[in-house]
Amino acid sequence: MENAIEVKNLVTHYGDVQVLKKISFAMPRGKTTVILGGSGSGKSTLLKHLIGLLKPTSGKIEINGRDIAGMSEQEFNEVRKRIGVLFQGAALLNSMTLADNVSLPMREHTKLEESTMQIMVRMKLELVGLSGFENYYPSQLSGGMKKRAGIARAMAMDPEFLFFDEPSAGLDPITAAGIDELILKLRQAFKMTFIVVTHELPSVFTIADHVIMLDFGEVIFSGTIDELKASDNDRIRMFLERKAEKEVYSPEDYFRIIAGEE
Amino acid sequence: MKPSTAETVFGFIGRKTNRILKDINDVSRLINNTFYWSFISPLKGRAIRLRATITEMVKVGYNAIPIVSVIALFIGIILALQAAYQLKRVGAIIYVANLVGVSLTRELAPILTAIIVAGRSGSAFAAEIGSMKSAEEVDALVSMGINPIRFLVVPKLIAMMIMLPALTLFADFIGILGGFLLSITELEIHPYSYFQQTIRALGIKDIITGLIKALAFGVVITIVGAYQGFKVTGGAEEVGRRTTASVVTSIFLVIVIDLFFTTLFYFFA
Ligand SMILES: Nc1ncnc2c1ncn2[C@@H]1O[C@H](COP(=O)(O)OP(=O)(O)OP(=O)(O)O)[C@@H](O)[C@H]1O
Ligand SMILES: [Mg+2]
Repeated sequence: MENAIEVKNLVTHYGDVQVLKKISFAMPRGKTTVILGGSGSGKSTLLKHLIGLLKPTSGKIEINGRDIAGMSEQEFNEVRKRIGVLFQGAALLNSMTLADNVSLPMREHTKLEESTMQIMVRMKLELVGLSGFENYYPSQLSGGMKKRAGIARAMAMDPEFLFFDEPSAGLDPITAAGIDELILKLRQAFKMTFIVVTHELPSVFTIADHVIMLDFGEVIFSGTIDELKASDNDRIRMFLERKAEKEVYSPEDYFRIIAGEE
Repeated sequence: MKPSTAETVFGFIGRKTNRILKDINDVSRLINNTFYWSFISPLKGRAIRLRATITEMVKVGYNAIPIVSVIALFIGIILALQAAYQLKRVGAIIYVANLVGVSLTRELAPILTAIIVAGRSGSAFAAEIGSMKSAEEVDALVSMGINPIRFLVVPKLIAMMIMLPALTLFADFIGILGGFLLSITELEIHPYSYFQQTIRALGIKDIITGLIKALAFGVVITIVGAYQGFKVTGGAEEVGRRTTASVVTSIFLVIVIDLFFTTLFYFFA
């Protein structure tokens, strides 16, 4: 199995705080890899490094065998053309219509004719189930529609890699399932590598081929979805069975804190 | 062990200094990049975004015309009244025209226009970029390989550098008109002699120095607005705080730069 992305001994900091603690893993090409983990485990931080928004303290991030951490901004801009990203809040530009949002990357990086671009935009919006919404502004759309439009924009340049940050967060279960369906559909239709950050278990079981699980900035699991289900690691079982962490305070402690006794 | 007072004090000074150094570094990087993408990269064939620039010119310049007109007109009248109050006593009332013309073109029109534009557009820049930053829109631009400074700041800078001098020139005219209207009615100066006197008093130099100031103010207002916008890391509350800060900072810097230029022109002109 060939790997599209390999991360080697990645260490990252926010100021003095170490967030990712020397992690290594690989993501297979042409598959959907899900990055799983609790709140604050470092998923978004990892994603931002994978797409080059943040630079690591040390370690390597190899995309197609080339280390992006050591690249100049100019070199990396070439890599960026092969990467599409859906941000957590979709991050559509609010001052532009959907059509302009989707055509923006083409406008900036290609010399296509206006009419060609319009056809491409229509195709991309059709693909995500938003045909007819070309002239809508992002503020006129629901959360789920924004995510779909964000996916259309991410796919504008026909990228090799699609990154999704929490695609179903903040959506109702039905809309969220719709987004999962869309990801499955795209995955079947195109030979792309999908990297999805999420903590929604139903989503994971629907879309994942490969799973990487983060816990407090460390990789505690990397393998297929069946291996994940079969794992007997305590943290993984807690996550899969939705068990709460052991409470640090007992009810008596809470009472004492509220009453202001030391 | 508790740190000693000296340690606390030096620690505080050290942290403050570090923060200030980092701010200076950030600002100079922003200025550098903005000028690179505005003036150097177009020479290399990477054109600026014309349509966005025109939109910004309408927002910054055209839409400010009503408020600039009203304020310039009133300031012209006020200046004429204040001048007349002094000049009447020495029987030199015709010199109202000199005072109104020179102080407007050299000083008041540029600075008032700059303050109005800082309040209207500098704050809008900070709010726009700030809310884009907090909604990850800036990250999205970067991830699409689009430089946010080229995309967002350059059209604003070009618009400001054209429209602030243009508005200032407009304010010169309206302000002088205000002084003129008051003088020919209340002060009973003959319209033609007021006109003649203004022409005689005003040199092209007076107007040009005012416009040079306006150009500098435009750059400052844009950079401050963009800087505050890009500094946003949190949510809506921070956007509000940064917007306010951008207005206060740019008005302060406008006055400082005005002092600098006025001193310069005084000694070297
Ligand atoms: N800009 C930042 N500055 C400082 N610390 C940060 C910043 N962003 C995140 N952190 C810290 O880094 C750690 C990991 O954050 P991250 O956002 O990567 O978590 P996450 O796994 O995406 O969580 P969630 O599921 O809640 O989105 C957290 O402890 C967080 O407090
Ligand atoms: Mg996150």
